[in-house]
Amino acid sequence: MEILDILLSASFWAAVLRIASPLIFATMGELICERAGVLNLGIEGIMVAGAFAGWMAVYAGLGLWPGLLVALLTGMAFGALHGLLTVPFGLSQHVVGLGITLLATSSAYYAYRLSLPEVTSPPRIEPFQPVHIPGLSDLPFFGEALFSQTALTYLAFACVIAVALILYRTPLGLALRAAGENPSAVEAQGLSVTAIRIGAVMAGSGLMAVGGAFLTMSAFSSFFFEMVNGRGWICIALVVFGAWRPGKALIGALLFAGFDALQIRLQQTPLGADIPYQVFLMVPYVLSILALVLMSRRAEVPAALMTPYNRGDR
Amino acid sequence: MADPRPVVLKLEGITKRFGTLTANDAIGFALHQGEVLALLGENGAGKTTLMNILFGHYTADAGTVEVMGQALPPGQPGAALAAGVGMVHQHFTLADNLTVTENILIGTRPLWRGGLGRAEARARIAALSRDFGLAVHPEAKVRTLSVGECQRVEILKALYREARVLILDEPTAVLTPQETEALFATLKKAVDRGLSIIFISHKLHEVMAVSDRVIVLRHGRVAGEVATAETDRHRLAEMMVGAEVRLPAPSLARPGSALMELDAVSTPPEGTRPGLKSVSLALRAGQITGLAGVSGNGQGALADLVSGLAAPSAGRFEVAGARVERWSPRAALQAGVGRIPEDRHATGSIADFTLTENAVLEDYARPPYSRRGWMNWRAARAHAEKIIKDYDVRCPGPEARIRLLSGGNMQKLILGRALETAPRIILANQPVRGLDIGALTYVQDRLIAARDGGAAVLLISEDLDEILALSDVIHVMSEGRLSPGFPRGTKTPAELGVWMAGQGFDHAA
Repeated sequence: MEILDILLSASFWAAVLRIASPLIFATMGELICERAGVLNLGIEGIMVAGAFAGWMAVYAGLGLWPGLLVALLTGMAFGALHGLLTVPFGLSQHVVGLGITLLATSSAYYAYRLSLPEVTSPPRIEPFQPVHIPGLSDLPFFGEALFSQTALTYLAFACVIAVALILYRTPLGLALRAAGENPSAVEAQGLSVTAIRIGAVMAGSGLMAVGGAFLTMSAFSSFFFEMVNGRGWICIALVVFGAWRPGKALIGALLFAGFDALQIRLQQTPLGADIPYQVFLMVPYVLSILALVLMSRRAEVPAALMTPYNRGDR
Repeated sequence: MADPRPVVLKLEGITKRFGTLTANDAIGFALHQGEVLALLGENGAGKTTLMNILFGHYTADAGTVEVMGQALPPGQPGAALAAGVGMVHQHFTLADNLTVTENILIGTRPLWRGGLGRAEARARIAALSRDFGLAVHPEAKVRTLSVGECQRVEILKALYREARVLILDEPTAVLTPQETEALFATLKKAVDRGLSIIFISHKLHEVMAVSDRVIVLRHGRVAGEVATAETDRHRLAEMMVGAEVRLPAPSLARPGSALMELDAVSTPPEGTRPGLKSVSLALRAGQITGLAGVSGNGQGALADLVSGLAAPSAGRFEVAGARVERWSPRAALQAGVGRIPEDRHATGSIADFTLTENAVLEDYARPPYSRRGWMNWRAARAHAEKIIKDYDVRCPGPEARIRLLSGGNMQKLILGRALETAPRIILANQPVRGLDIGALTYVQDRLIAARDGGAAVLLISEDLDEILALSDVIHVMSEGRLSPGFPRGTKTPAELGVWMAGQGFDHAA
């Protein structure tokens, strides 16, 4: 009964879109990397770095959009490092990815301590505000449910469309998909596998950082330690859930956000008095694992994922 | 040999070393317009390396490549493509997740441009398919294509980019005789339109059939050059090997009882690989049973069954006259199956193990190599030393990692490992693929000797000449089905080709 009430409330749907936004950015970023053949386990740390860099830039006096650009560039810089180590040097993508996560996370925390040595609670910035869309935002129910978001949420959805268009409708996307399937197909057509893969990892890492920045610049207004809280790992699973397709990955992100929004609200019902809240926290993860099991059986994994490409290897 | 036609491609002093191995040693030649030049040589003679340098996959240590009089910058496939050089790789360079059209389009447009121009591309591909006799569906996913179709896509890729020089690296290795005929017809059409072709092969009859001129490579050097009309197969073979060629001529077989018998045996398919479909076969003592067929037609499934990696899902399966209930790799070893696997790197050996360790991989759990769970390395080492000596394995010693050995020496160790157990049944899956002529005749002689010693040998090969020379009885596989056995000398290659293409089974069934 309580569940039905929750599902019929506009604020629930608004929360779903808000919770999904950082996941959408970061999932699209991971998807680009993996489609080009590189598993980017740096995602968790890059999200932390993006969250910090965007917030810090605004705190230091930049505007919100320039601050977002700083987050993007921070992510791309970590992506460049990841790409350099995994593509031309061909190092283990697992080890490099986890290393990037540790490096990016600690760098963000270190920079935080350096720049704000005295404070006990982090300062607040003025975050992105909900955009009022004439007509749509005034609709009954739907206005609040779907059109009461900040610009970044709409940007997240636009990002899915952009990624899908690039992947499937441009020569660049074609080369990228081929690089993740059979890099020698790319090389034999006169393109550089190295350039395409590094470019994909940089672009993908940029999106991950923007996903992290959503947390400090739109969802909240401060930077806390542990605030990314495993969202990056969820995005890795969402890419698999989405069978490496942007549209299906979007559905996965919305589904996960739905479970998350639901469990927060269930905690406040009479049910929440009887059951420890940790059980509710588990719900989205348990359901995601179930969905993953059901959905990813027949997925077509990019054949060259995690396989370094060495020119002239023999 | 003054050819009046213009030179389209010129190689000079190409040298390439991999470590201590000189794969190409100052190679130079010219290709004229409208000419089919065959590049003939054994595996390891440097043909593929040379073409990879020409196309820019590798950078040469010395030497120059000129196309239409313009020097080609080294190490840039893009530059080679732009200059009009197209390459049909031995291992296809196609992305399975994309369609035929998409594969052809990769890299043909500036990356930052929107739109793929699919419709326009489809029309051009259809026209090229028609003009050159390269039937393939432009919207089919490459994953669903046959090997022959994949090759046509590779050729279309080059033609789409208006290649003037077409390099084909061992193009017939994966084709049936009939598909090979179709390929030759396509090449003829290309030459008529003024293209020039480099045809790489180690098959003499194909070189004789398709080329105008032959360049023979041996140990990375040009060993000779001759107009095709002025030579014959025998002389080419001598140039290629550098000595008289001896074909194995086994004495007449004296077949005994069936050591392994399959009666209407089926196995489930594995991914895209077909399983066995109601296969009946008897492997007899003292007889070499040859298995011909285009690769990927169920030979792997049969090899897995014989070696214990797969068990039948239907039918009767007998080893040494007794019906088999439980079948596993260990059971196969205990039943006396000696195995020479198809891929000596992936399944035949462990690259970073020493020769000693590799020599006892199948027997390590038994005395004398181990007792009560402890290895006896002294016995293992003695065993390895015996194989090294008896089978002429050239290596730094039993403690060297097997990775360091050449393919031929690695294969000799695997052969020794299999034969030293005095197997009753020998599975020889592509036993001489990639070996030089010395190692090749050695391995073949050993197999014949094992046969004469009373073993039942199953020889699987894609090389029809090898099958015809060695086998006492020949079966053909197609899509998991097995033809009846044809005794030695009763079928011509063309007749076997018909079976390889999948015809004949309906009448036999």
